[in-house]
Amino acid sequence: MNETTAPSVRRWADIANPTRFVALADRVLPWLAGFTALVLAAGLYMSFSAPEDYQQGITVRIMYIHVPFAWISMMCYSVMAIAALGTLVWRHPLADVSLKAAAPIGAVFTGLALLTGSIWGKPMWGTWWVWDARLTSVFILFLMYLGLIALTRALDDPSRSARAAAIMTLVGFINIPIIKFSVDWWNTLHQPTSVMRLDGPTIHPSLLWPLLVMALGFTLLFFSLHLAAIRTEILRRRVATMQRLAVRRAERQA
Amino acid sequence: MLALYRRDLRLGLRAGGGALVGVLFFLAVVATIPFGIGPDLNLLARIGPAILWIGALLASLLGLDRLFQADRDDGSLDLMIVASDRHMLPLTVLAKCLAHWTGTVLPLVIASPLFGLLMNMEPLAIAATALTLLVGTPAITFLGAAGAAVAVALPRGGLLISVLILPLVIPILIFGVSASYGAAADPQPFLQPFFILCALTLLLAVVGPMAAAAALRWSAD
Amino acid sequence: MRLVAENLGAERGGEAVFDGVNFALGPGGMLVVTGFNGSGKSTLLRVVAGLLPAREGSVRIEEAGDRFAGVADACHYLGHQNAMKPAMTVNENLEFWRSFHGDPDLDTADAIDAVGLEGVGHLPFGYLSTGQKRRISIAKLLVSHRPIWLLDEPTAGLDRASEGRVSRLIDSHRERGGIVVAATHLPLGVDNIDELRMGEC
Repeated sequence: MNETTAPSVRRWADIANPTRFVALADRVLPWLAGFTALVLAAGLYMSFSAPEDYQQGITVRIMYIHVPFAWISMMCYSVMAIAALGTLVWRHPLADVSLKAAAPIGAVFTGLALLTGSIWGKPMWGTWWVWDARLTSVFILFLMYLGLIALTRALDDPSRSARAAAIMTLVGFINIPIIKFSVDWWNTLHQPTSVMRLDGPTIHPSLLWPLLVMALGFTLLFFSLHLAAIRTEILRRRVATMQRLAVRRAERQA
Repeated sequence: MLALYRRDLRLGLRAGGGALVGVLFFLAVVATIPFGIGPDLNLLARIGPAILWIGALLASLLGLDRLFQADRDDGSLDLMIVASDRHMLPLTVLAKCLAHWTGTVLPLVIASPLFGLLMNMEPLAIAATALTLLVGTPAITFLGAAGAAVAVALPRGGLLISVLILPLVIPILIFGVSASYGAAADPQPFLQPFFILCALTLLLAVVGPMAAAAALRWSAD
Repeated sequence: MRLVAENLGAERGGEAVFDGVNFALGPGGMLVVTGFNGSGKSTLLRVVAGLLPAREGSVRIEEAGDRFAGVADACHYLGHQNAMKPAMTVNENLEFWRSFHGDPDLDTADAIDAVGLEGVGHLPFGYLSTGQKRRISIAKLLVSHRPIWLLDEPTAGLDRASEGRVSRLIDSHRERGGIVVAATHLPLGVDNIDELRMGEC
């Protein structure tokens, strides 16, 4: 019963894996960004050369950015949910960085989707906002993003805020279908005559192609931004660790 | 588990009259509405169920931040986590949620018919609203437990809980209010939203405590 | 029963606090953990209790049969806080922990006697002095049986006489085959112990 040994020297900075990630990100990011710019430029050119809608005129072009924004707002939450699983189940060290970095980007894209939808809605519906089922669900999604951002920034200790945010993200993810379902229900209850929908008949190929290219371009943009944000967050944490280390050293030397 | 339920209920009723404050807040919310929209009795009767639901929702979010905070501050939470081999942590959370609900939310449900009279609602609508509140408010507490567990370490956690939880409780609000209207106004269904509300409560009785337990286990430091 | 830690390491806020801690305690064994503030005494106890994840290494119990599901299941953890509600009486507090923890041992009145506070059972816990609160918190260890006691600064705020009483309680627990791990910077006045000095590089 007498095998007692004293603890050995402590290790303050012990980050191995993210280093390789930062190196990788440094190499990939310029190419990814360049490719994104190319695809977006092509998409923009195609959008503006596409024929105008005979009813909506030039405002139909808003669709080419509005739809990709809405698509990314949902994809980003899925990315965050996967990252949350990565934190909780696989304990991957980068997962929580990824979640924290994705939340503001997702919020911005969701906000832009709401904004462009609103600008589009004004000439079409005659009002800036309708409590349409789809708009309302996206609005709730926006609120969820904002709540998660508040949560990820509320705690100083990154490892603890990571788990809190991961759990809340997953609870939200489980809730998204329920919210969608309930809002649809609510909408049919209160607005039997649904507002005009764009996606009624099949969309004409001359409109579809620019849309797809734009969606691809913005998806690439999202991943470039996400990658850059992850890298920034890793570097930020490293600075924080070094600052703490410097404080300890000062104490030792004193 | 029963001991924990009894202890929490006793604390909730004893310390500072949390139940009474909740009911007063509920009354204050309900009472300010007519001042905002005018004393039109027909209009009040029409929006009554919605007002009662929103009031009860806000009032039940009010005390949620204390759900785990008090136990964390005095170290009880640590002992509950250490004992989690004997009492599964989600069940411990469930017992705490039920005690919290009985102590602070059930009085709101009991008081709601009285406030329904203030809103000039029909007896049937009042009964339906009280019933939907009885069935639906536990779901708010279960979801709130997840939020409270996540925010347990924060100094200003109460506000954050509301911000996190409010978007998630919208479905409960929608089905609760729909069912209340459905009972009073004929063409709209009552049973369908009511059963969906029951299903939501049961689902969240599992999801909420499990998420809260996971958050609590990791919040320890 | 034996409590064994192998190459145990822990971190706080992403920084390693200690690593390479080894100990093995048999029935009646006691480990006193000492060290300066922030050297990881409390962290070590919390890792053993399962409240913090170990960064490396492991803690386990051996030769315990299948009565206990894990280390935490066999442990009483006495933290810095007393885990008592000031609004409830001492009896109510102790009764609650007795039924929550299971494995009842002494009844509450005997436990209160054992820490030398006869007759306070009906008083609200909040009315007691700091030292009295700490002693009631120690009485909590007596009302349900656990073979391993993890004590974090058990005698903080106690006077000399009460310290002696706590030492005797620890001794009698060890005589019954119990294991004690205590973090403290005050001498506990207990014989026949192992000592683990934290934070000495």
